Amino acid sequence: MSMDKKYDLSVELCGVKLDNPVIPASGTFGFGREHNEFYDINVLGSISIKGTTREARFGNPTPRIAECRSGLINSVGLQNPGVDAVVARELPELRKIFHKPIVANISGFSIDEYAECCAKVDKEDQVAIIEVNVSCPNVHNGGMSFGTQPEMAAEVTRAVKAVTTKPVFIKLSPNVTDIVAIAKACEEAGADGICLINTLLGMRIDTKRRRPVIANKMGGFSGPAIFPVAVRMVYQVSHACSIPVMGCGGVESASDVIEMMMAGATAVQVGAANLKDPYACKRIIEDLPLEMERLGIERLSDIIGIVE
Amino acid sequence: MYKKGIYTIKQNHPLTSDVWRMVLAGDTQWITRPGQFVNIELEGLYLRRPISINDWDEETITIIYKVVGRGTEQMSHMQAGEQLDVLTGLGNGFDADVECQKPLLVGGGVGVPPLYRLAKELIARGRKVSVVLGFNTSKEVFYAEEFRALGVDVYVSTADGSLGTKGFVTDAIRENGIDFDYFYSCGPLPMLKALCDCTDVKGELSFEERMGCGFGACMGCSCKTLTGNKRICKEGPVMKREEIIW
Repeated sequence: MSMDKKYDLSVELCGVKLDNPVIPASGTFGFGREHNEFYDINVLGSISIKGTTREARFGNPTPRIAECRSGLINSVGLQNPGVDAVVARELPELRKIFHKPIVANISGFSIDEYAECCAKVDKEDQVAIIEVNVSCPNVHNGGMSFGTQPEMAAEVTRAVKAVTTKPVFIKLSPNVTDIVAIAKACEEAGADGICLINTLLGMRIDTKRRRPVIANKMGGFSGPAIFPVAVRMVYQVSHACSIPVMGCGGVESASDVIEMMMAGATAVQVGAANLKDPYACKRIIEDLPLEMERLGIERLSDIIGIVE
Repeated sequence: MYKKGIYTIKQNHPLTSDVWRMVLAGDTQWITRPGQFVNIELEGLYLRRPISINDWDEETITIIYKVVGRGTEQMSHMQAGEQLDVLTGLGNGFDADVECQKPLLVGGGVGVPPLYRLAKELIARGRKVSVVLGFNTSKEVFYAEEFRALGVDVYVSTADGSLGTKGFVTDAIRENGIDFDYFYSCGPLPMLKALCDCTDVKGELSFEERMGCGFGACMGCSCKTLTGNKRICKEGPVMKREEIIW
C-alpha cells in the first residue's frame, strides 16, 4: 500500500491548496535553480522566493556568514536583482522548473517601496501568496525596523493590502518585546496571514583577530537552535489571531514540521537546513508519512493548532 | 552539475605540521575541472567545510587541507574507513583549454593543491608548464616534489629564505626570469594582487570566501566584478584577471 494514499499531507492556506505544508524559506533557496540540480523541486508544497526589493541590491560586504553552535548567522543584506528583473527574468525561469503557485517575498525600506513591489508581483499568475518581510529598517524613521512596532507593521500591511488582490502574509521579526501585539496589529490592518519567525539578531567574534566575524558586525541567527523560540511564537500568535500562520525557524525534520503544526502553523517553512543539506525539504516530505504513521495522524491538517 | 554523496576515507596523513592530505573513495563523476571544490559535513558543526580538490580519478578524490579551526582539526583526527557526507563538483574551476603555450602556475600555501591537477591537465594538452610555490618557511613546503615528478619546472619561494628564493612568489618569478604567456593562481589575496601587479599577462585566479551553502543558493559569498555580481561558490571560485575589482 502506498503511504502517500493513506496519509493526507495537503493543507490549505487562504484558499491556496498545497500538496504538503513544506515550503523552503525565502533566502535559502534562491529562485529554485540550485536545489533543482539536486532533486525535482516539484515535490515541495510551494517556494518562498528570494526577498525582492524595488531596486537591485548587491547587499552587505563579506564575510556575510558565520558558523554558530546549531546554526549560522547571515548578513547577506537582501542581495537581489530588483522586482522588475525578478518579474521579467526570475519568475519565468522558475516557472520552467516549478509548476506550482509560489510565495513572493517582498522587502522594502519605505512604505511606498513595499506597496510598489507588492503591486507588481500581485499581477503575476504564478504568485499565490505575497509574503511581506517587515524586518527591514525604515529609512524614513531613523532605521527602526518596521516589524518592531505594531503601528508601523500595521501601516505596511494597510499599504500593501490597498494595492493587492492575493493573500498577504506579514513575516515577523522575533526581535521584539511583544510578538502578539504586532501580529494582532497586522491582523486588524487586514493581513490574511502571519509568517514567523525571521532570524534572531546575533553576533560572533573572531577572538584571534579581535573583531566580528561578520563584516556588518551583526546578522540574523537561524538554524535548529532557534526552533523552540519559533514554536513558542507560532503558538502565541496562532492562538491570539484568527488568521493562518506559516511557521518558520530551525525546522530540520518531519517531526519538527508536525511540532510546528501542532503549535498552530498551517504551513511550515524550512530555511537554514536547505544550506546544510540540499535535500532537506525532500527528505522531510518523504519522512512525513512515516512520522504521521508513528503518531497516528491520517490528515496533517487535523493537527493544526491542536495544542491548547 | 554537483552532487551529494557518502565517501569513505582511504588515507589521511600529514604533509607538514598542519597540512594534511586525505583520499576519499566514492562517486567522482561530478567533478569536471581542476580548481573545483568539495563541501564536507562534519559532526557537531553546522556549516559544511569547503576544501579545494587536489586531484581525482574514477574512484577517488584527493584533498589537501590546512588545520585552521575546529572543522579541519576534526578532519585531521579521522581514520581510514570512516565516512563523510560530501557535496562534489562545486564551483567553476580553471579553464585548462585557454590558448597558451607557456602557462605559469602560482600557488601560495594551502592555495597550492588545486594547481596540481591543473598542471596534469595542461601537460596533457602539450603546454610547457612552470610552477611557482610560495610558503613562509621551508618546514611548510609541500608538493614541490610531486610537481617535479610531473616533469615541470618548479620554483619555490619562502618568506624567510630558508628554501628557494627569499621573499614572495613574485620575487621568484623575477629572480628566475620565468617566461610565461598565461597564468593560473590560487593563494592568499595579497599574493594574488601582487601577482597581478607584477605582470600584464592574462590569467585566472581562485578566490576564497566564507560560504553558507557552497552551491549558489544563499548568496553568502557574493563579490562584485567588472562583469557583474558573482558567487564565489558558483560562478567562482576562479575569476579571470580582467574581471576582478581589486
